[in-house]
Amino acid sequence: MRKLAFTTAGLLAAPYMASAAEETEAVKEAVINDPSEGWEILWHHVLIDLTAIGILFALIVAFFMLSYRRKSENEEGSSPKLTLGGSLAWTLVPVFVFLADDFYLAANGWKLWNDQRRVPDNAMEVKLTAMMYNWEFQYDNGTLSDPDADGRPVLVVPQGKPVVARMHSEDVVHSFFLPSYHIKEDVMPGRITYLWFYPKNLGETVLTCTEYCGVGHSSMYGKVKVVPAAKFEEMMLAKTGAAPAAAEAAPAEAAGAEGAAPAEGAAPAEGTSAAPAPGAGK
Amino acid sequence: MKEWLFTTDHKRIGVLYLVGSIAAFAVAGIMALLIRIELFTLGPTLTDDATNYNVWLYFHGAAMILAFLIPGLTGFLANYLVPIMIGAHDVAFPRINAFSVWLFWFAIVLALLTFVIPDPPDVMWTGYPPYSVQTSGNTAFYVFTVHLLGFSSILGAVNFLCTVIYMRAPGMGWNQLNFFVWTTVGAFVIQLIFIPVLAAAVTLVLFDKYFGTAFFSPANGGDVLLYQNLFWFYSHPAVYVILLPAVGTLMDIISTHARNPVFNYKTGVYGGIWGTVVLGSDVWVHHLYTSGMVDWLRIGMMVTTLIISVPVGLMVISLVGTLYRGSIKYTTPMLYACSCLFLILIGGLTGIPLAMTSVTLHLAETYFVMAHFHYIMGIMATFAVFAGVYNWFPKFTGRMYNESLGKLGFLFNFIGVNVTFWPLFGIGIEGMPRRYFDYAMMPQFEGTHQISTIGAVLIAVGMAITILNWVIGAIAGPKASDNPWGSKSMEWTHTTTPPGPGNFPTPPTVSEDWSPYNYGGHTAKTI
Ligand code: HEM
Ligand SMILES: [Cu+2]
Ligand SMILES: [Cu+2]
Repeated sequence: MRKLAFTTAGLLAAPYMASAAEETEAVKEAVINDPSEGWEILWHHVLIDLTAIGILFALIVAFFMLSYRRKSENEEGSSPKLTLGGSLAWTLVPVFVFLADDFYLAANGWKLWNDQRRVPDNAMEVKLTAMMYNWEFQYDNGTLSDPDADGRPVLVVPQGKPVVARMHSEDVVHSFFLPSYHIKEDVMPGRITYLWFYPKNLGETVLTCTEYCGVGHSSMYGKVKVVPAAKFEEMMLAKTGAAPAAAEAAPAEAAGAEGAAPAEGAAPAEGTSAAPAPGAGK
Repeated sequence: MKEWLFTTDHKRIGVLYLVGSIAAFAVAGIMALLIRIELFTLGPTLTDDATNYNVWLYFHGAAMILAFLIPGLTGFLANYLVPIMIGAHDVAFPRINAFSVWLFWFAIVLALLTFVIPDPPDVMWTGYPPYSVQTSGNTAFYVFTVHLLGFSSILGAVNFLCTVIYMRAPGMGWNQLNFFVWTTVGAFVIQLIFIPVLAAAVTLVLFDKYFGTAFFSPANGGDVLLYQNLFWFYSHPAVYVILLPAVGTLMDIISTHARNPVFNYKTGVYGGIWGTVVLGSDVWVHHLYTSGMVDWLRIGMMVTTLIISVPVGLMVISLVGTLYRGSIKYTTPMLYACSCLFLILIGGLTGIPLAMTSVTLHLAETYFVMAHFHYIMGIMATFAVFAGVYNWFPKFTGRMYNESLGKLGFLFNFIGVNVTFWPLFGIGIEGMPRRYFDYAMMPQFEGTHQISTIGAVLIAVGMAITILNWVIGAIAGPKASDNPWGSKSMEWTHTTTPPGPGNFPTPPTVSEDWSPYNYGGHTAKTI
């Protein structure tokens, strides 16, 4: 409920608030457009669109197939000859209908795309390294995420904080896929790619590899574990024996202030698709 | 025997293509069955070595596309039909034509060696480096197979473009060509332009792997994405090399068995076929939506990819419109052709979310993609080839196949493909990744995988019936009349069944009002 109120307020007020740097954390979080939710809504629209076209077309085809069966051996079809006007109409009208639907879908797809690629300012950064056949996650205080009891990789993240993974591979192309967050991006040597997601609900979901990478491809899975923010801080504290660097300040600022390890993550990526470092541009 | 080996007759060369591509289809089909059985249970089923699975999958994908569908449509059907449809006595360069079929046969043998050499290729049909460079599998076999098939196709392209341009019967204008001839021209234009790009890409992989170059090795200044761009720069247009002749085949079959002219012919040809050729070359990045390409290119190609629905839609309207007020008889080829209208619908519509970059960030590399391309290419185009074999069966062999066996096979195939692939959309949306030997992290999908495997068994039965029907028909079928379907197309009206050497008893000439679709006479009213 609180979220909803803030979302509406945040949306309306966003233009005015953009410059108000000292605005509270709550408002900032409230204007996050969760791409995963956006995906589900858009998918729903697309599905309705496709089903409608599909059923309409299928009915027409079935109707034609049933109604125009041959009655006598020598009968020929009697389809009307198209005049030039008819021919043009049968070209231009479908072209416009298809184009209209295409552009409608493109516009909506683009909108979601912007949400998917624009990393929120307060995102927590994780450095992801892929290798045959494992994933490694490094927080910006330098510690690694621990595997679970079976030795499977686990990415632990705090609830309610956007996470951006800055990714590269040590060997071949892999792809980091989070089915529950409806997002994936390839991970390769020589380039740094990124994706971000918004862990809103507590619990564990699957992460897995979706670019063929050899004999262990289908065993390259693990999980994302979302824990309460307080528990996450505790965990980080236990790991480092110090306060987590990422929790409050944006990493770029932290890096600038301390000139320490996190700078690596925030350095401009080689790849053309490199994200602006979260928090940059303020 | 010798007269088949050293033949330069386009009809025999066509049949040689048919035999080779059906052989490839059969082996690749058996691989599909092994794949499906492996997925029947969680954990190992047939083998506990994922490499075996990966080799099956490599062979299945590569052979189905490169050694079955492309040669089946542009080798076999084009070879047999195009010269006769345009009233020519043969192709422009018959010896080069013979050379291409032999290259094709060598490629098939090379591909089959997959099953006897140690460390067979396991690079999937896409062969992405750095994996294809680092693997202990024998990537060279993949590369040389692609080279041979590519070379064979380029020679075919030059040959057929010359044939259609220069050897049409006197009087035959461009708007009097069969739709199938037009789609073949479109397909060969694509082959001629784009195959060299694929050949370059796989050659660079060969250099990287065996000669120590570093085109795709970032550690030494290479680039991983370069390959993917080159590969899909060809391989996306390549799906139109499959789609176009498949649609052309269906168009001619539907027109014949509905006894109606092709609906809105000029729009279908100039808007549909040529629109696809032109637009189809600007959409390859939709295979790289999740590959870390620059953002603006991913959005740009979302728009071009969505717009592909326009030319393809125009062709579909022509297909469906041809049924309108027709005189339809459901022979086996017509059953296959009409079922393709539904398959193209499912395959085409599921392509739309895949065109939308943001939606594909979830769907890419899942079973949704797998089901989509099987509907449009794996099934629709395969059914088009089957419809083609049935429709021109009397032409090739002079004999009739058995209609009831044909329909029985169709029933198994049609039910089978839908049982196999429809449920896979569902688990794809839920996140089941493709190219997975096992799915331990998603055990809830086991039931769906089992249904899918049962479907594959139905298909296997259907295919066996179908191929048996062809073999029996070719050997012992009843003699066919010269024009069993009552078609108006030149390969039926102007020559014998089967055609003799030189194709036509007297070289045909055509008048201005001749058309391969001259049904309904002048009684039809205009709208
Ligand atoms: C006839 C029944 C068929 C069945 C049961 C079947 C089954 C399968 C399955 C289960 C996979 C994916 C396995 C995985 O991702 O782990 C697959 C992949 C594929 N199939 Fe089929 N298939 C059939 C026919 C065809 C046909 C006719 C084509 C023709 C184009 C085709 C082309 C492909 C391609 C290109 C792949 C992708 C290979 C790769 O991932 O590299 N399939 N097939
Ligand atoms: Cu991987
Ligand atoms: Cu993988």
